[in-house]
Amino acid sequence: MNTELTGIIATFLLTLVIAIPLGKYLAKVFAGEKVWTDFLKPLETGIYKLSGINIKEQMNWKQQLKALLTINILWLFYGFFVLIFQDKLPFNPDGNPGMTPDLAFNTIISFVANCNLQHYSGESGVSYLTQQYVLMFLQFVSAATGIAAAVVLFKAFRDKTTTELGNFWEFFVKSITRLLLPLSFVMALILTFNGTPASYEGKDKFISLQGDTVNVSRGPAAQMIAIKHLGTNGGGYFGANSAHPFENPSYFTNMVELIAQVIIPVAMVIAFGYFIRRKKLAWTIFGVMTIGLFMLLLPMLSSELGGNPALAKMGISQSTGAMEGKEVRFGPAASAYWATVTTIISTGSVNSMHDSTMPMSGTWQLLGMMINSFYGGCGVGLLNYFIYLIVAVFISGLMVGRTPEFLGHKVEAREIKIAAIITLLSPFLILAGTAIASYIFTNHGNAAWAVQPKSWLNNPGFHGFSEMLYEMTSSNANNGSGFEGLGDNNIFWNLSTGIVIFLGRFLPIIGPVAIAGLLGAKKFIPESAGTLKTDTKTFALMTFAVIIVLNALSYFPALALGPLAEYFTMLK
Amino acid sequence: MKKYIIQSIRLTLVLLVLLCVVYPISVALIGKMSKGHGGGEKITKNGKTVGYALLGQSFTKPQYFWGRPSAVAYNAAGSAGSNKGPSNPDYLKEVQSRIDTLLKYNPGIKKSDIPADMVTASGSGLDPNISEQGAAIQIQRVAAARKIDVKKVKELVAMNTLKPFMGVFGPSSVNVLKLNLALDEL
Repeated sequence: MNTELTGIIATFLLTLVIAIPLGKYLAKVFAGEKVWTDFLKPLETGIYKLSGINIKEQMNWKQQLKALLTINILWLFYGFFVLIFQDKLPFNPDGNPGMTPDLAFNTIISFVANCNLQHYSGESGVSYLTQQYVLMFLQFVSAATGIAAAVVLFKAFRDKTTTELGNFWEFFVKSITRLLLPLSFVMALILTFNGTPASYEGKDKFISLQGDTVNVSRGPAAQMIAIKHLGTNGGGYFGANSAHPFENPSYFTNMVELIAQVIIPVAMVIAFGYFIRRKKLAWTIFGVMTIGLFMLLLPMLSSELGGNPALAKMGISQSTGAMEGKEVRFGPAASAYWATVTTIISTGSVNSMHDSTMPMSGTWQLLGMMINSFYGGCGVGLLNYFIYLIVAVFISGLMVGRTPEFLGHKVEAREIKIAAIITLLSPFLILAGTAIASYIFTNHGNAAWAVQPKSWLNNPGFHGFSEMLYEMTSSNANNGSGFEGLGDNNIFWNLSTGIVIFLGRFLPIIGPVAIAGLLGAKKFIPESAGTLKTDTKTFALMTFAVIIVLNALSYFPALALGPLAEYFTMLK
Repeated sequence: MKKYIIQSIRLTLVLLVLLCVVYPISVALIGKMSKGHGGGEKITKNGKTVGYALLGQSFTKPQYFWGRPSAVAYNAAGSAGSNKGPSNPDYLKEVQSRIDTLLKYNPGIKKSDIPADMVTASGSGLDPNISEQGAAIQIQRVAAARKIDVKKVKELVAMNTLKPFMGVFGPSSVNVLKLNLALDEL
C-alpha cells in the first residue's frame, strides 16, 4: 500500500488510541474523582489561594458566564496595550515595531477568541515578549475557557434537576494544570529534540553554500507550537505556520502535531458521555462527527493526490500530486488530511497553503469551517454540536407531535429561540461580511487604505471571491487559517474580521451554556415509552441530516460563486 | 461583579508566571541538550556555518542540485508560500517558464519526467527537500558540470535519500543541502 496513505491511517488510529482514554480521564478530573494526576492538587490549591478563589462556591449559569466574560475582557485590554507598545517593551531582540491600533484590535480579539487569525507575520510583526506573554498565554487560557464552558454544560445534565453548576474557576484552572500544561510540556520537548528551536536567541546570519547571505529567524517556538495544536488555536510562531521546517521538521513531528490537535476535541465528546453517565450518547455523537470527517477527507484526498489538472495539461508528471504550497516531507496525502482536520476542528494551523489547494478541496475546507462541529474546537466544538442537537430534538418533536425533550428536560420556546439565533448567526456574519467586502472591492477599489481594495486579491476571478469568503468563514468559525493571498492587514479586514471573530466566539458560548442552564433547572421527566431517545442510530442520522440541510441551505449559493465555479471552469 | 474582576486580575498574574515563565524556560533549559541546543541545528563546513539542517537554501549553479521554487527566495526571516490559486493564468505562465528552464539546463530529460514539486513553490518557501524523481532528472547535469562519473552522483543521491518514516509512513525525499555538501566534499 502507498506509504502516504498508511501514514494518515496510522495517524488517525493513534489519535483514537490517545483520545478515548483521555476522555475517560477528563470525565473523572471534572467530576472530582480520584485520578493519577492528583499529585498536582497542591499546585492548584496554591493558584486558588493566590487568586482569592474559593472553589466550594457554586455558580449558576449566569454567574458562570459573568466570570468567563470578565476574565476574557481583561485579557483583551491587557493584550491590546502590549501589542501597541511592544517596540518600547523589553525582550525584542529583532527590533520589531509596535502594532497599529487596527492590527492590534484584530490580533488581540483573534487570540482571546481561540481563533488565531494572523494579519501579521511572526518573524517581523511581534516581539518575543508578545509571542510568549500575550499570544502563547492566550493560547492556553482561551482553550481552557472553551473547555470550562463545556464542563458547565456537562454539569447541567449530570443530576436530575440542578441550578448549581460547579465553580467556573475550578474547571478553568484544572483544564490547564491537568490537561493543557502537562501535554504541552511533553509535546514541546518532542518538538525540540526533533529540531524545533526553543531557546531565546535572536536572529542568526550565515553565508550559504552558494555565497548568499541569509538571515534566520528563531526563538522559543517549540513551546508555542505545542499549545497551538493542543489548544486548537493554530497561530504559528513563524509566518508559514506548520509548513515552516522549524515548526514542523519531519513527517514524525507532522504526525505528532496532527494527533495533538484532534485529541482534546475527541476526548471532550467521550468525557461528556462518561460524565453524565450516558456513554451511548457520546458514542453516537462521536459516530456522526467521524462520518463527517471522512466525508470531507476522502474527496479532498482524491483531488490533492490527483494533482492540478492545469499542470497535467502542460505535460509534466503528476506522480507527486498537487505540490503548490506543499512541502515534500509531508506530501499531498498528509497535507490533505491536515487541511481537513484543521478546518473541521477550529485549529487553523496549516502545513500547506490552502489558497493553492485544488478548488474542490477549498469547498471541503470551507464546509468544514461552516459546520464547525465535526469534533470542533477545544470545548466549543461540543457546544456547537449541542445547538444542532437541540434543533434536531425540536424538529423531531414536531414530526412526531410531542413536546420535545432532551435528556429528561422539556425543550420549550425560550431554548429554541436561543438555538435559532445561534444557528442564524453564522450565515449572517459570513455572508453579510463577504457581501460587504465584495461591494467595497468592486465599488471602492481606490480607497486610501494600507492595502487598496483593488489590490486585495492575489488571484483573479472566482478564486479571488473564495479568498474573501474564506477569510470571513474562518473568522466566524474562530478557525484562523486563511487563503493567505488576501491582502488583509488594512483597516477594513482588521476591523470587520475582528468583530466577526468576537461575535462568532462569545455568542456561541453564551447560547449553549444558557440553554443547558435553563434545561438543567427544569423538572426531570423520567423516560417513558413516549420519550424521544437521543442516543439511537435513528436520532444520530436525524442530527446529521439537520447539520447537512442547515448548512447546505445557508451556504450553497456562496460556495457556488467561489470554489465550485472555479472547479467547473477548470474542467473545460 | 467586583469580586470577579479582582479574581480575574489575580488569576491572570499567577498564570502568567506559570505559563510564560516556568513552562517555556524549563523547556528551553532541557532543550539545551538537543542537537542544535534549542537554537536550530547548524551545518558547518571548514568551521564556518553554511546553513541550517532543516532550512532549504537557494541553488542556481549547474554543479549543484536545485531545490524547489520559493516564493520568498529562501528568505529564512520571512517564510511564506506563493498563495497562487490553481487556475490563476499568471501562475500557470510561471510554471510553464520553470518547465522550460528545467528542460533547457537538463538536456536529455523529457517533459513527462518532470515531477510537480520541481515547478511549484513550497508552502514555507524554505523546503529543504525535493522528491526522488526531482533529483533523478538533475543527475546528468550535475555530473557533466562537475566532470564526474554519473554513477558516483547516483550513489550520493541514494545516500542522501530519506526513506519514509519507519519505512512505511509518508513520502521519501532528498535533502538538497546535504546532497550538495556531499558533492563538494568529493
